[in-house]
Amino acid sequence: MEHTAPSAWVMLAYLISGVFFILALRGLSSPATSQSGNRFGMAGMLIAVVTTLITHDVASLPEIIGAIAIGGGIGWVTARKIAMTDMPQLVAAFHSLVGMAAVLVAAAAFLNPGAFGILGADGLINPVSRVEMGLGIAIGAITFSGSVIAFLKLAGKMSGAPILLPLRHVINLGTLAAILGLIGYFTVDQSPWIFWTITALAFLIGFLLIIPIGGADMPVVVSMLNSYSGWAAAAMGFTLHNTAMIITGALVGSSGAILSYIMCKAMNRSFISVIAGGFGAEAAASSGEAKEQRPWKRGSAEDAAYMMQQAESVIIVPGYGMAVAQAQHILREMADVLKKQGVSVKYAIHPVAGRMPGHMNVLLAEASVPYDEVFELEDINSEFAQADVAFIIGANDVVNPAAKTDKSSPIYGMPVFDVDKAKTVFFVKRSMGGVGYAGVDNDVFYMDQTMMLLADAKKMCEDIVKALQH
Amino acid sequence: MDFISILSIFVMACFVGYYVVWSVTPALHTPLMAVTNAISSVIIVGALIAAAAGGSPTAKWLGLVAVALASVNIFGGFAVTARMLAMYKKKER
Repeated sequence: MEHTAPSAWVMLAYLISGVFFILALRGLSSPATSQSGNRFGMAGMLIAVVTTLITHDVASLPEIIGAIAIGGGIGWVTARKIAMTDMPQLVAAFHSLVGMAAVLVAAAAFLNPGAFGILGADGLINPVSRVEMGLGIAIGAITFSGSVIAFLKLAGKMSGAPILLPLRHVINLGTLAAILGLIGYFTVDQSPWIFWTITALAFLIGFLLIIPIGGADMPVVVSMLNSYSGWAAAAMGFTLHNTAMIITGALVGSSGAILSYIMCKAMNRSFISVIAGGFGAEAAASSGEAKEQRPWKRGSAEDAAYMMQQAESVIIVPGYGMAVAQAQHILREMADVLKKQGVSVKYAIHPVAGRMPGHMNVLLAEASVPYDEVFELEDINSEFAQADVAFIIGANDVVNPAAKTDKSSPIYGMPVFDVDKAKTVFFVKRSMGGVGYAGVDNDVFYMDQTMMLLADAKKMCEDIVKALQH
Repeated sequence: MDFISILSIFVMACFVGYYVVWSVTPALHTPLMAVTNAISSVIIVGALIAAAAGGSPTAKWLGLVAVALASVNIFGGFAVTARMLAMYKKKER
């Protein structure tokens, strides 16, 4: 058999690669160290790839180099071209590729177990390896089909509205139980049909799990799929006895799980209720009732410019609407003009602003907003009481006081910005019609100190900048 | 390596992951996702083994496709992370 136990040097190389991946994540603790962290990640990957290539008899080097060149080229060009607003769907697409790669590797290991060194003395695949392979291909397939649906929803190629099948919980739990049962049975009988049935069922459940989840819950879904892609890599690492893969899998798995937890907490929703799905649908139904007309004030760009010039401190609360309108650059210009006139300007970012964790921070960074002017919810929320102006642009649910007071509201309990405590509130919004993703009305619209700036976010900021420069 | 040693590494790595990820600043959560995505493509190791081995042409081709898919992620993931991180700037004084 060509496969022998790897030498200590090889194991050491994979260990170093794993440690470099830990350092890559460690670097992200601050923007100052993040770029060197990323380089550790690249070095770790290079070590892992080179070690694998030089320690195996490579029968097909040109093909492998060709595959890397084609894949790498596509990845590189995509990464260069992608707009920062499209980052969530790019990440979802990338997750699907990891999932598919895991499926293919597990399938190859099943077809050619000798090459992976997982054959027992009896000529059959080791039972433990069968469980690992079964888990690897199942998690990989779920990651793939789930990510494809998430991608389609995020890219707007499929309606973000939840699609609710009757009896979906029964179907999902049944499928999940069947997958686990088959993986168990696979240890005593390694017939191909079992392996491929596991694969097919896992593709199916990935699809079924994500279609009932609405657009507003996508940050959780993307994080969760991130976690799955890690567990898939870890499962294959077990099969291959490869430390780099196991360490990475554990890191990525925990990372995605923690991000999902942070997102759920920021929306005050339990992970189970997100996974069970149907959030957007219920809310849309309840918003239809009791739409009384309440008085509200409309402001103009000149009003906003005047009030902000007079202010000592302005806090900007950006949301996904700002990203959709591509208003981040002109918003930063507006802030620059104000700063030149001696106004203190800060940005307040809610953990679920945007379509993925940290999305709004990237968009502001892209618009050259210095990161030390951007604050997280818990760091800035107490400052609204002293702020002269809260400037809300493209956000809605994250400033809705109903989350604090109205127990019947679908967003009750979600931590929100206390914009209602600011002396003046400007609320940039396209129209009075749409009411955020949760579909609930917002009392901030009707407060005495609120002025609604009804226009496209980009246009409004341009007008304010013009008015400021007068 | 026996199963228990591997399991030990895995469990320890989960703890390391837990603490390291909590120390990541929320402002960098999107780059975190992009970079975890890139490093989870270390699954390319398995793909290379499959692609390199003789014996089963089907397994070899599956391996080659997996190498290409993982490469999209590796190059794309690290490049897009680098692109994002380069945008984070401190205030000019």
